[in-house]
Amino acid sequence: MITLTVNGERVTREVEPRRHLIDFLRLDLGLTGSHAGCEHGVCGACTVRLDGEIVRGCLVLAASLDGADVVTIEGLSDSGEVADLQANFVARNAAQCGFCTPGMIMTAADLLAHEREAGRGTPSRAEIREHLSGNYCRCTGYQAIVDAVEDTLKARHPVADLGRGTAPAPRSSEATR
Amino acid sequence: MNEITPASIGLSREDLPNSYIGRSVPRPNAPKLVQGRATYTDDVVLPRMLHAAFLRSPYAHARILSVDSSAARQVPGVVRVFTGADLAEVCDPWVATLDHLKGMKSAPQHPLPLTRATWQGEPIVAVVADTRAAAEDGVAALQVEFEPLPAQTDMETALAAGAVIIHPELGDNLVFTRTAETGDIAGAFAQAHKVVEARFVTGRHTGVTLEPRSIIADYNRADGTLTVHHSTQAPHMMQGVFAKQLRLAEGDVRVICKDVGGSFGIKVHVYPDEVAVAAMARILGRPVKFIADRFEAFASDIHARDHRITARLAVDAEGRVLAFDVDDLTGIGPYSVYPRTSAMEGNQVVNLCGGPYDFKNYRCTTTVVLQNKAPTCQYRAVGHPIATAVTEGLMDLAAEALGMDPIEIRRRNLIRDDAYPFTSPAGMRFEGLSHHASLAKLLEMVPVERIRADQAEARARGVYRGLGFAAFIELTNPSPFMYGIGGARISAQDGCTVRMDPDGSIVASSGVTEQGQGTEAILAQIVAHGVGVAVNRVKIITGDTQTTPYGGGTWACRGAGIGGEAALQSAIALKQQILEVAGAMLQATPESLDIAMGSITDKATGAERMTLHELGRIVYFRGDTLPRDLQRELVQTRHFITKEYPFAFTNGIQASWVEVDPATGLVKLLEHWCVEDCGRVINPMLVDEQVRGGIVQGIGGALYENCIYDEQGNLLTTTLADYLVPMSAEMPEMHVGHVETPTRESLLGAKGAGEAGTAGAPGAIMNAINDALRPLKARVHEQPFTPERILRALGAIA
Repeated sequence: MITLTVNGERVTREVEPRRHLIDFLRLDLGLTGSHAGCEHGVCGACTVRLDGEIVRGCLVLAASLDGADVVTIEGLSDSGEVADLQANFVARNAAQCGFCTPGMIMTAADLLAHEREAGRGTPSRAEIREHLSGNYCRCTGYQAIVDAVEDTLKARHPVADLGRGTAPAPRSSEATR
Repeated sequence: MNEITPASIGLSREDLPNSYIGRSVPRPNAPKLVQGRATYTDDVVLPRMLHAAFLRSPYAHARILSVDSSAARQVPGVVRVFTGADLAEVCDPWVATLDHLKGMKSAPQHPLPLTRATWQGEPIVAVVADTRAAAEDGVAALQVEFEPLPAQTDMETALAAGAVIIHPELGDNLVFTRTAETGDIAGAFAQAHKVVEARFVTGRHTGVTLEPRSIIADYNRADGTLTVHHSTQAPHMMQGVFAKQLRLAEGDVRVICKDVGGSFGIKVHVYPDEVAVAAMARILGRPVKFIADRFEAFASDIHARDHRITARLAVDAEGRVLAFDVDDLTGIGPYSVYPRTSAMEGNQVVNLCGGPYDFKNYRCTTTVVLQNKAPTCQYRAVGHPIATAVTEGLMDLAAEALGMDPIEIRRRNLIRDDAYPFTSPAGMRFEGLSHHASLAKLLEMVPVERIRADQAEARARGVYRGLGFAAFIELTNPSPFMYGIGGARISAQDGCTVRMDPDGSIVASSGVTEQGQGTEAILAQIVAHGVGVAVNRVKIITGDTQTTPYGGGTWACRGAGIGGEAALQSAIALKQQILEVAGAMLQATPESLDIAMGSITDKATGAERMTLHELGRIVYFRGDTLPRDLQRELVQTRHFITKEYPFAFTNGIQASWVEVDPATGLVKLLEHWCVEDCGRVINPMLVDEQVRGGIVQGIGGALYENCIYDEQGNLLTTTLADYLVPMSAEMPEMHVGHVETPTRESLLGAKGAGEAGTAGAPGAIMNAINDALRPLKARVHEQPFTPERILRALGAIA
């Protein structure tokens, strides 16, 4: 029997020892926004927030989560924390089939939440790509996703800081040569 | 109706209030995707639903000696165990051949095999239980005795004496062969100034939809109906398949597909495990769900592009192409896949080699053979990337042999933009292409001089960069000549029903489907444009055979060109019907009225006469106030099928800029460009993202993706850690440009755009790599271009 907080609600459930967090969320709680894509920790479709950090829902055992705080894409959406990011995903067509998108949003939200830690400046496009590099997307070619994250970063921090990110992002032909 | 022209309905008049065609309107279904509130098949839960798991063959080829399910049936939660014989009682086998592919043969395939396993990963026994976990426990408890048989895995020996004949009743392992020959090949090569030749290999790879194949089948014993929730591209086709194989009437089968998490051709085929689920639901009278896991996806989703090609090109002293001579060999696994057949990919290689160029002499043979590996079939841009890599690889070799610039040799040979209609030596009819305009557009985008200067400067520093080009053609808007004439029940026509509800909002239901490419967005744009309402007043319904007009679904880039035209025609018909009714109400002729942004207006002055909301109120609730004989059906249906050309060909050209590290063999993608002509662009943003996504799938095939088997036919790449797919960090920035040559087959003028990126990218990358390696006297033609293959070409490793 475990008791934990999911999207701000206290839930208590009995779980089998082999039950992974992604199955717990989907099958026991009916939170189907997080997806099982590979079930071995590579694709990132099951990414959720656990005690403030993003994890792979397919690699965490639910039985280990007594007392934990879990946020899924549903909770993240309802909180409004990334409404701007989600709007930019829509505006940029950064989601096609949408199966990776909740995990991609969770991972991008993590970048947005942590971007200014340790004196770092606004991440570059290369750094955005690096941060998203554990999330597999088969549809978009990633470029629109990077665009959407970059748009969000720029809108949140219109004045560039700390020297990094002050130059225009390298998105055109000129920048890469 | 006959007076409608593009001008009369405002196509491309972007300044009109409801002119949506050509605009980057956001997708109406995107908000639910970014909030995690979509409904994929696995999200559907039905009362008393059971779960299926399969025991899959551990051997590439084996006789099934016995199945002992007694222990499995004792596992808590297990409800039933099914063998091939159990399912054969309610389900007929299928044979995947097409009559117009002369001489083609394949063996009957059952949902679960009766006596023999023919590839590793083939579903053999099914266990149905209360939960997927219990079903897997049941599979683990099965005792199945196999007698391993020798496996025929190598396509090159499949037809040799002593080969294992995979289906003895077929006599040999030859599925299909076809040669297209035009002109005088021997003469052309004899008089050639230069002849270049190469052996090309395209690695067997697969689609890797992030949402695996998913199905829930629910048979209702009370009324004899089968409802199937299915992650599929072609719901009506699957309705027909389930009906036929399970001996039901088509009207008793309903296929529903809500959100689909990627398809790319993977989900347009008939899979034995999915038919097994339907058969088991039929027997049990309860819903049965099956969601493939990633291992099952790698082992049983269709693979593609397992080709070995030797090819020659003859050119004259001016660099003009005299002849292509291509010999393609492909291995397709143990069965041709139903109903499209696995011969089509090789057939496309024959159709498409040399495609962008104007030349006279052509010979291309494809030989399609069986092997004990997972079945291959159509995956995004069927045959196109193979034909493009062969054609463009040879063009670069010829340019090198002549000392000619790769752009110049293409310019000299691309079919002239004023040469259409044009029939290619392979027999393909082109209505109108724009190779030269596309090349010109590409050269506006690619700073070739600066790149060449950078390349020379970098070489001096021991850094090897290369620029590669690939022109391509793409087959879209298929007619019945693709499959129908071969006897396959795959619809080439599509329908759309558009209706106006009492509040003036519009609902359109279409036979084409949405898998993320934006079908619902473009249909909404087209209908809004055609009727004369705001796009957010249009609701689109797709993916339900019971509520949408019959159609083909999504394949071969037909959504916009076929489904879109049906939507436009039905929207125009609805508009005319609304204007008839409005004319009666307003005592005006319909011709004097128009609809703009949801209101009836006076055509001459643009003044609003009445809202659609008010018209709806009167029609639906106060019909007594209208003339008694007035036709008042505010619902119209139209179907569309192409008539003049078997396919609407599109064209484009790509360029790739890469850096190759000769020490490690690693290829770094620096930048990528694509110019593409899909006819009328309905939503530029969606087309750009289709092209970009397609390029990345092409990059995957070129650099990373490979289904690797050992000599015994064991699949070695069964996880995403073993099978590499492109991720964000190593992908380049991609630039997309457009040329628009609308097809005259339709009012809309749209052709397909979804496969262009995949068609051209591997050839462009191959040529870029070889351009980078040229100073080192090395070249590669075997995809994927892995570090190992590049180092071997460099002589760095044996």
